[in-house]
Order: sequence, then structure tokens, then C-alpha cells
Amino acid sequence: MLNYAVRRLLSAIPTLFVIITLAFFMMRLAPGGPFDREKQLPPEIEANILRAYNLDKPLYEQYVDYLTNIVRGDFGPSYKYLDFTVTDLIMTGFPVSLRLGLYAIVIAVLFGVAAGTVAALNQNSTFDYLVMGFAMTGIVIPNFVMAPLLALVFGVYLSLLPVAGWGGGKLQYQILPVITLALPQIAYIARLTRGSMVEVMNSNFIRTARAKGLAERIVVVRHALRGGLLPVVSYLGPATAAVITGSVVIESIFDVPGIGRYFVNGALNRDYPVVMGVVIFYAVLIILLNLLVDLLYGFLDPRVKVE
Amino acid sequence: MKEASKPFKPDGLASIGTTEPVKGRSLWQDARRRLFHNKAAIGSMIVLGIIVLMAIFAPLLSPWAFDDPDWGYDFPGPPSIELKHWFGTDGNGRDLFVRTLFGARISLLVGVIATSVSLLIGVAYGATAGFIGGRTDNIMMRLVDILYSLPFMFFVILLMVVFGRNIFLIFVALGAVEWLTMARIVRGQALSVKKKEFIEAAHAVGVSNATIITRHIIPNVLGPVIVYMTLTIPQVILTESFLSFLGLGVQEPLTSWGVLISEGAKQMESAPWMLIFPAIFLAVTLFCFNFIGDGLRDALDPKDR
Amino acid sequence: MLLDIQNLTTRFATPEGEVFAVNDVSLQVEAGQCLGVVGESGSGKTQVFMSMMGLLAKNGRAEGTVNFNGRQILGLEAAELNRLRGVEFSMIFQDPMTSLNPYLRISKQMTEVLVEHRGITERDAAAKSIDMLKLVGIPEAEKRFRMYPHEFSGGMRQRAMIAMALICEPKLLIADEPTTALDVTVQAQILELIAGLGRKLNMATVLITHDLGVIAGLSDRVTVMYGGRVVEEASVTDVFHNPQHPYTRGLLESMPRLDTRSDQALHAIPGQPPDLQALPAGCSFAPRCFHAFDRCRQEIPRLRAIGGNRVKACHLEAMV
Repeated sequence: MLNYAVRRLLSAIPTLFVIITLAFFMMRLAPGGPFDREKQLPPEIEANILRAYNLDKPLYEQYVDYLTNIVRGDFGPSYKYLDFTVTDLIMTGFPVSLRLGLYAIVIAVLFGVAAGTVAALNQNSTFDYLVMGFAMTGIVIPNFVMAPLLALVFGVYLSLLPVAGWGGGKLQYQILPVITLALPQIAYIARLTRGSMVEVMNSNFIRTARAKGLAERIVVVRHALRGGLLPVVSYLGPATAAVITGSVVIESIFDVPGIGRYFVNGALNRDYPVVMGVVIFYAVLIILLNLLVDLLYGFLDPRVKVE
Repeated sequence: MKEASKPFKPDGLASIGTTEPVKGRSLWQDARRRLFHNKAAIGSMIVLGIIVLMAIFAPLLSPWAFDDPDWGYDFPGPPSIELKHWFGTDGNGRDLFVRTLFGARISLLVGVIATSVSLLIGVAYGATAGFIGGRTDNIMMRLVDILYSLPFMFFVILLMVVFGRNIFLIFVALGAVEWLTMARIVRGQALSVKKKEFIEAAHAVGVSNATIITRHIIPNVLGPVIVYMTLTIPQVILTESFLSFLGLGVQEPLTSWGVLISEGAKQMESAPWMLIFPAIFLAVTLFCFNFIGDGLRDALDPKDR
Repeated sequence: MLLDIQNLTTRFATPEGEVFAVNDVSLQVEAGQCLGVVGESGSGKTQVFMSMMGLLAKNGRAEGTVNFNGRQILGLEAAELNRLRGVEFSMIFQDPMTSLNPYLRISKQMTEVLVEHRGITERDAAAKSIDMLKLVGIPEAEKRFRMYPHEFSGGMRQRAMIAMALICEPKLLIADEPTTALDVTVQAQILELIAGLGRKLNMATVLITHDLGVIAGLSDRVTVMYGGRVVEEASVTDVFHNPQHPYTRGLLESMPRLDTRSDQALHAIPGQPPDLQALPAGCSFAPRCFHAFDRCRQEIPRLRAIGGNRVKACHLEAMV
């Protein structure tokens, strides 16, 4: 098990290397620099700026510098927020984004699994149709449509919740961002759970459990859920990626001071180090989480031999 | 007793050769019949057809141009039947109905073109990997796995940041990102079809390679590819809207649903119509594609017949 | 009488119409007796016992009476039925590969039956379960007890299934095609095991099979089913030596036997089993029967006693 984890971690290194290299050269190939202004700067000032940011060195030196710095956890200075390094920005934004994302995932799994299971056990009931209708809506309607609509209804018309801001992390400020972030995942997990639970409940070993005279509660909880939830476990990897991507939009819409907002501002202002730093940071995070999910899966399904 | 020499089979197979052969229905006839029974899919096709026609004939449907402000009306102005501003006007006084339909043109175009790009790359890549098999297949699919584990949306954003916000880049960037799943599907189909008994049987009775490919392999691969294509189009439309929403996609004076929703979201308190109409169009289109995709999958999946 | 099924009718509602799976079936099993139930797929043989076990698919409805030890058990509430299933009577299934839960250890799948029904501790249940595994002939029972089903071979899994079914010492074991999915070499062992345990524990057994040969040496009586109906019921010797229904005779003639000469052809029954959605007005076997006459096509033959403690459902007086 440990062996496998270490090997998986090592195999992630080339992936990361590809990501960093790709990102680096894409940025440097870009037409137009980050310091292009409306007015042409005097040449000596421009040279000074380039030197200050090490942009006057040959490309391969910049690349080697960037790589070694990243290994030390240094993503370089931000071009936009002049007093901050990219690492500063990520460290400031991450706790906020993490809280948002974690709440969203937990809520998505709890509600998604519950709704999907009940729907599967009452196949073709009104509740089942309601859940499936909701799931379809949640999957199809993008979060950047859902977010302003919910803000319009709950923030503007009903005045129940603040429309935007973080308020230092007060609960009422978190509700709308977390819900909009969780909705598509609740929907997806509900659909996934329903599908796999329907299949499991029709399987031969559930018939055996019933033939043994076990109470329905035990049949469902002990015999069906374990297999029925495996697809949800393997979906946790993609779910995290989706929540991270979604958080970019949600943080921008609700003006939440997380990594996503810095990322979008960086993208709009050609703040290359910030954009690259965030991409690399999230890539590492997603790779690690996928590894964790795989290990968890191997632990839950005895037939998977983790070697 | 003609049948006397045939062995008895307990599973009701004793009848093989003794009854009329069941009249064969082709996969496609069957699929069409099943699709036309699916009300959601048919309804979606009709609605989608209307949206497409409206997008094509947009200039004929309204007296207003998509980029000229109506100086005689509010900036933004609420929907008004007399002035023929059916969806109202935006913050620059431009007619929102026409802008929504021009947005539809861009969004649908991106959906179709980027999906075709992804189809081309994905089919070529997946078919190569699947039919060559072995080591080549291993390496090619390992590469797909690596690309899969990347936060691809961030890469698209990176692309947009670096190469400027140009509409052709959007087509290519989205297509270049969406081919991964297509490659996997095609490769999986190619592999399984290659091993299927009916292919071996066809080989055994001396059917030529060309006939095997056209008669057996293509029809078997085509189904899943069509289904996945219908489900990729809304995915691409969504991604384009996402980028445009963030200000990284289509640029003024062109517009897309993402741009319109983004503008609407900024003014939703004073001018909710700017958010609601484009949002409805985007949502309805996405629903339609999903229903059609689901309908096609049910129709083409020979498993539950 | 341990099990007395009277006029059982089971139907399934499908989008294409009702499927008449079991039609007015009556059969009996005495304590300690072994009954063989024979028929093709779709003859309703499995659904009779699924109805009894309360294991019908959701779209299935069963009517009639099923008396077990003098008590009507058809239509019992799930909670009531759960006091009998796995305790008074158990069932094992055709495919031991998929009938065991792949995510749970054999230990849990066995002990849960005892813990649930007998209310004993996990530890006592474990001891008893290991004894049971030994009884069904699983080597290194203590070690295998802790394993997962996928670590067992097919035959071992079926043994584990049997151990699980017998752990509460039921009075009746229903075995639905218990050897069909197994290797030929293992089939005989499993059948011997079931028959042997039946004698040892004084337990009645029902062997459901499509293969008359399976039953020959093991069961006391044989019930032959066709098109959801019982067509003949007799002692195993009578069925083999003097079949009185044309279908039973067809089954026998289609069976390869050691005592037939090798140049003698096997006789298949022509035609195919009836469509359970549209059963013929008369005898459902009539379209395939060489002896059928007009009455067979118009009137469903009732089960009737033909002497010698046997019954058949056929308009023919007697077969020679």
C-alpha cells in the first residue's frame, strides 16, 4: 500500500514537470509583455523593469531559475500586486478557497448520496422524479448563471442573504457561494448514486441477503451502500477539480477573497506569475487528491489489489 | 421427424432451425424508432431548431441592429412591446433581443466548430491507439491520462491570456481540450470491436477487410461517437460562456451568451432582464442538447433491448 | 406436510403486457424428503419458489396459498417473513460468483445471519460459522473464514453459500440450479453434499433443475413443470421408467444415456416453449406434442390422479 502510494507520487513528478514547462513557455511566447502600457515607456525605465524581474536573461536561464525557485516554493513576484509574491497571494487566498471548497464537497456528498439512495430505493416514485429533475437542472445550468440568479432571489428580492463579499468569513456570507458551488456536484452525485444503487439493489447478492432474512435496513446499509457508493468515491477526484474550477467563477461573482479571484484578476491583467503559480498549485493539489481517492478506493473494494 | 437428429437443448434453443428466421431490423432503423418515441428528445430537437432558425434570421426579426444604441430609449431600458425592444436594451442602449440572437450565433458556432475539432483529433488518436494496440496504445493512452489529470479549464484560461482573446483561438483551444474523452471512447470501441466474436466470425467466413470495416466496425463505433458529440456541444458552449463570463472570451462588439450574462449579472439589481433573457436562452439550449444526447444514447444502446 | 403450495399463480406486469409465469401450481414437500423440480427455462420452476421466499421482482404478484408447517406465508409482511427466511427455510442460487457480496468477508456474511436471527454474540456466531464451513467441506476453514468471496473458487463459493443457508438449521433448503454455473467435476460433489446434508440434518430439500440427470440419484419425488404449470408428478423411479406425460418422455428421450446404443439418435422436442404472455387456450404443450388431438388445443388438462400415487395433466389416457 505504502509502496504503491510512493510510486504513484513519483510518477506524478513528470506530469508536474510537463505542466510547469508548458505553462512557462506559453507565457514567454506570449505577444506583448505585462508592462505594455497605453503610453510607450522610456527605454531605460523599461530596461530597469525587465532587469528587476529577471526578464532580460536568456530564456533557458529564466526557465532554470523558475524551476529551482518553484522547488523552493517560490513562484516569484506578482506583476500586479507589487508588494506581494505569488506565494503570499496563494497563502492568503487558500484558506478561504479551501473552506469554500471543503464545505461544498461535504455538502455535495451528504445531500447527493442521501437523495440518490432514497430515489433508488423508491424507483419511479414522485420523489425519484423530483430528484432526477433537480439533478438534470443542477447539471445543466452552469454556476455562473445559477449564482447571479440565486443572488437576485435571495439577496435582492428576499433580502435574506448578502449579495456579495466575505464579511470576514461570517456564516451568512458563505451560504450562497457554498450552495452555488455545491449544487452541480449534489446533482451529479445524486444521479451517480441513484444509478449505481439501482444496479446494486438488483444484484444477486442483494437477493441472497434478503433470502437470509436480513432486515431491509441491514440489506441497504451493510450490503448495498458499500458497493453502491464506490462510483461516488471515484468521482471525488473529478468533483474536486470541478469545485476548484467552479470556485474561480464563484469567487469572482461573490467577491470572495480566495485564490480564484486573484487568478481571474491575474488573467485579466496579464499577471503571468500569478496565473502560472495558481495553475501549478492547483495541478499539484488535484494530482494529490486523485492519489488519495485511488488509495481510498483500493481500501474500500477488496477486489482491487493495490500493489 | 425432421428434427430428430438435433440435440435437445434445455434452454429453449431446441427450436433453432425449425422456425422462420426473425426478420432482422437494422440497428439504425431500431434506433430511429426508439428516438422518435422519446418525447423529451423530439421536443428538444424542435426547440433547438427554432433557436437555430432565430439565430440565422435574427436581422429579419427585429428593426434594431445588434451594435447600434437606441438613443430615444433608456440605457438600459426594460422590455417594451411598442418600441419592439422585446427583451429591453442593455447598458449601452442596444437591443437585447437582437444581441441575444447574435450571441446565439457565436455560442452555437463555437459549439459546433470546437466539437468538430475535438472529433477529428479524438477519432484519429483513439482509432490509432485502439487498432495498433500493444505498446503504442499504452503510451498514447498514458499521455491521455496525464492530460486528463490536468485542470484543463486553467489551461484554456492560460491559452486565452497568452494568445489574446480571439474567437478562432477559442474554437481551437476548446477543441484541443475536449478531444480526450472522445479519444478514450473511440479507442475503447476499437479495442472491443476488434475482439468481438462477430468480427472473428466475419473473418472466418472470408469477408474482406474493407467490408468488415464498413459493415461491422464503423456502425459499431459510430453510435457512441454520435452520442458523445451531442453531449460535447453543450459542454463546449458552456466553456465558452464561462470564459466570456470571466471576460476572457468573445470581445466587444461581438457578443455571446456568456458575455451577456456577465453584463446582466453586474446590473441585475437595476436591470434584471439583462440577466434573465440570455440566461434562459443558454439554459434552454443546454437542456435541449442534453435531452437529445440522452435520447440518442438510449436509442443507440443495444444493451437494454 | 412441511410445505404445501396450493393454486399458486404468479404474474409479472411488463410494458408489453402481463407475463403468466406460474399458473395454478400445487405441490407438496414432506419433512426430510427431497423433491426435484424439472423444466426448461421459463417453465416457472424458479418463480414458484421466489414467490414463496418473497423474492419476486417488484413487478411480480403472487396469489394462492403457500403453507409452511401449517402456516400461510404468502403475502406476509417483510418483518414477519424475515423471521422465517434463512431460519425455517433457506435458498441457494444458481450463480455463486455473484450471489455472495464481494465487499464483505465470508465471516461477516455468515455471522450476520446468526446475530440477526439468534441474537448471539459475534464471537459465538464465528465459532459456529467455522464449524459449519467444516461441515460443508471447506479446508482450512479458520483461515478461509476471514477471506473475501473473490479469493474462493466457484465450488468453494457454492459450499460457502450452502453453509450460510444451513447455519440456522432450517427444515427446508431450496437449491435453484446449484451446479449449473460450476465445472462438471465439481457439480457431482456439490449435489452429493446437498443430498448428504439433507439426510444428516433430517432436512427437506428442493432441487430445481433443467437437467433430469441431476435428480436421478438424489430425489425421492419429481415434479415436471411446463409453461408455468405442473404437468406430471411422481416418484423418481416412475418418472424415469414409465413417464406418463409426453413432455416428460420428450425430456427423457433427449437425454444422452449410457445404456443407449451410440448409433441411436437423440430426440429433440420440436418447436419452442410457449409465450408466457399469450398462453394457448388448451394444453400449452399441445403445439409441440406428437399425440395432441383436438381436445388438447381447446381445453386445459387438469392435474389428475392416474394411480400409483402419481398425477399428470394430460388428456391422453395412458402412454405406453
